[in-house]
Amino acid sequence: MRDPVTIAAAPRYRVEVRTPLSTAAAVAGLCVVAALVALPWYAPRTALKDMFFVLTLIGLAQCWNLLAGYAGILSIGQQAYVGAGAYMLFALSIFLDLDPLLSIPLAGALAALLAIPTAKIIFRLNGAYLAVGTWVVAEVFRLVCAQIKSLGGGTGTSLPADVTSGAASVRLLADLMAVRAPVARDILAYWLALTFAVGIVAACYLVLRSRQGLALAAIRDNEAASESIGIDRARTKFWVYCLASLGAALIGALVFYQTARISPAAAYSVTDFTAYVLFVVVIGGVGTIEGPIVGALVLYALSCCSACSRSPPCCSFRAACGARWRNASTSTCSRPAGGW
Amino acid sequence: MASGIDIVLQGVLLGGLYGLFAAGLSLIFGVMRLVNLAHGDLIVLAAFAILALVNGLGWPLPLAVVVAAAAMFVVGYVLQYVVLNRTLGRDILPPLLLTFGLSIFIQNGLLEAFTADSRRLSAGDLETASIALGGGLAVGVVPLLTFATAVAVIVALNQIFYRTAMGRAFRAVSDDPVTAQLMGIDNRRLFALAMGIAMVVATIAALFLGIRANFDPSIGPARLIFAFEAVIIGGLGSLWGTLAGGIVLGVAQTVGASISPEWQLLAGHLAFLAVLLVRPRGFFPRAID
Amino acid sequence: MALLETRELSAFYGDFQALFGISMAFEAGDTVAVIGANGAGKSTLLKTICGLVATRPDAVVFDGRPIGGLRAAQIMQLGIAMTPEGRKLFPSLTVEENLLIGADRRKGSGYWRLETVYELFPGLEARRTAAATALSGGQQQMVAIGRALMSNPRLLLCDEISLGLAPVVIKDIYAAMPAIRAQGTTVVIVEQDIVQALAVANRVYCLQEGRVTLQGAPAELSREAIHEAYFGH
Repeated sequence: MRDPVTIAAAPRYRVEVRTPLSTAAAVAGLCVVAALVALPWYAPRTALKDMFFVLTLIGLAQCWNLLAGYAGILSIGQQAYVGAGAYMLFALSIFLDLDPLLSIPLAGALAALLAIPTAKIIFRLNGAYLAVGTWVVAEVFRLVCAQIKSLGGGTGTSLPADVTSGAASVRLLADLMAVRAPVARDILAYWLALTFAVGIVAACYLVLRSRQGLALAAIRDNEAASESIGIDRARTKFWVYCLASLGAALIGALVFYQTARISPAAAYSVTDFTAYVLFVVVIGGVGTIEGPIVGALVLYALSCCSACSRSPPCCSFRAACGARWRNASTSTCSRPAGGW
Repeated sequence: MASGIDIVLQGVLLGGLYGLFAAGLSLIFGVMRLVNLAHGDLIVLAAFAILALVNGLGWPLPLAVVVAAAAMFVVGYVLQYVVLNRTLGRDILPPLLLTFGLSIFIQNGLLEAFTADSRRLSAGDLETASIALGGGLAVGVVPLLTFATAVAVIVALNQIFYRTAMGRAFRAVSDDPVTAQLMGIDNRRLFALAMGIAMVVATIAALFLGIRANFDPSIGPARLIFAFEAVIIGGLGSLWGTLAGGIVLGVAQTVGASISPEWQLLAGHLAFLAVLLVRPRGFFPRAID
Repeated sequence: MALLETRELSAFYGDFQALFGISMAFEAGDTVAVIGANGAGKSTLLKTICGLVATRPDAVVFDGRPIGGLRAAQIMQLGIAMTPEGRKLFPSLTVEENLLIGADRRKGSGYWRLETVYELFPGLEARRTAAATALSGGQQQMVAIGRALMSNPRLLLCDEISLGLAPVVIKDIYAAMPAIRAQGTTVVIVEQDIVQALAVANRVYCLQEGRVTLQGAPAELSREAIHEAYFGH
């Protein structure tokens, strides 16, 4: 016979959602972000360009990670939305003369709409065949864009000066910070990249902590079982695909705003927007939030070390590619969670 | 209309080439559920191997093809046994990543060794010879030979699969790799053998690829996509289905090309997506999968 | 010396331990029944012997040779054949091809070949070109046993051959046991259904939760003893 007092004092359960370590990490993260925001004031222009590369890579990698690591959708066709976002940006800028602060997000959103019909078609495939299907879709987008003569057709086109240096937001920034217009443009692009990267990481974090996130983990672990407990597998995968496509489209619009030159081959490049991304995610670890960040930094470090004189990281990537890739891939075999 | 029939005929014969591209891919997927993203690049590698033997050593084309096929068999066997076998398992990410990386590796290697110049395999007079079919129609000898070879290759593969003990083992492993081990079948060797055979088929495909059109180190991925589309349209698990898929793709491309040359590739891809929409499992899928 | 011995055999599926130090010995020519409830570890025992589950090299000794670490394909070629739980016929192969594949890697020097297997199970020859999975459950089980026999094994492992079959069919299948024994094959039968197993066996082991709880000749063991060993109470 239990003492009534004892029963009333029985422990209640507490759900712990943060540990001291994770709180410390969050604070550290905020400090890092603050330092990054302030970068234009104390770093040279080349550092801005490098960080731009790292940040856009982080954004793309997080999107790919969300797809593959959590929803189990393997995609080697993210470049479809990168290119679509880029072309949409050029269309909005050239035809409607919109300011980049407006046109970049808008381009991303509009291009991401393509994900809706695309998903309907290619989700009829599974596994590795779905992967190649996403690649085919990217090829279709590329070939269609190559037909659009008003945007340069097969050879591509450039953004006119009044859109790049002449845009209202760029000129405003140039005045505020007392720099020339091209520098202001780089700063604007950098801050947008930072915003997108932080936003995408935060969005991934929130999604994964929500009910949708639990659904994703369940789907990844065991698709059939997840369906048996009422998770609408198709809908969840669809929304994840759309989200990841939105992320890719936003980054595509931004990247090509920065370079100011577009061509179908560049906008839909498998190497630049899928191969690097895969590399980053594998090195950093599939299925974790911090993985892509680690991986992007590793790739950046690699590109600095090998062939420093040539600035485009793709040259050093090619040089380091063979050995690194094999190491990365075999490390996938032995440690599927990656190096992290 | 004569030109309409001509377009379809050219498309069917082109389908033979795509069937050859796809046969190796289909074989590998059928036996070990591996999608080899480097398949197109391996075909290009074989083409360069033939080229090197012909140009570098001055050998006649048939001899170069036979030797290249033997070399590619060894390449495939070793690649599978030493590298790819380790990645096979429930997770599809490792083999995908590894073969993707292999694809880039091969492209860069070929670029270093042979430069980005466009090449061609020379078949002498055969390249321009044609057979008149009457009614204003004519078919090139090379496309006809390509199609006939595709049929012959598929017949040979089916003979292996259905009439030999090795083929029995392939089918058993494809059904149930674990129970196959209980039959004394060493999966590692069998997979390596299958990859070797697929590489021989790839070399044959490379021969006709090289005669028909220019090739350079970067065209691998596009060939992979054609092969893949042919397999999906035809349905997983049937080699004749793969040839049929190749034909559908070839005809779609030639019809597109007749509208405008720029439309050739796009028409093929759109046909593929249309089939996906209407017949997700392809036209001739195997009942069990 | 026993044909097959297990010495302190333990088996794990990841973190889960299925067998706890099992020691058994099968003499050549024995027919051994291994009985136990669901989850007792009977199938795991067979899988460890035939190489599908890993264990220490000297935990399983076949004809004096430690085989614990060998691959399943190698063990099969030494003369151990298994009829797996659930038959596991190859759907892409016909009945005859399923039988033939049993002998592809080891013909053995023995009595069992296509003709004699068809004699043992008369209904199969008429359906030799049918897809293996088109047959009834009982006939599939016969094909599975025949497939294992085709390699003329010295040790035949039968994993729950009565699973899902009607009693009449089970009787037919067990009627083949004498002919198999007559060839000198050592047979290990794993069963949940005790009656048939005890009827053909000259030795029985009972497993419960991964441990041997009873062993002996069927005639010497009382029903109460078996019941207690099987269920634990």
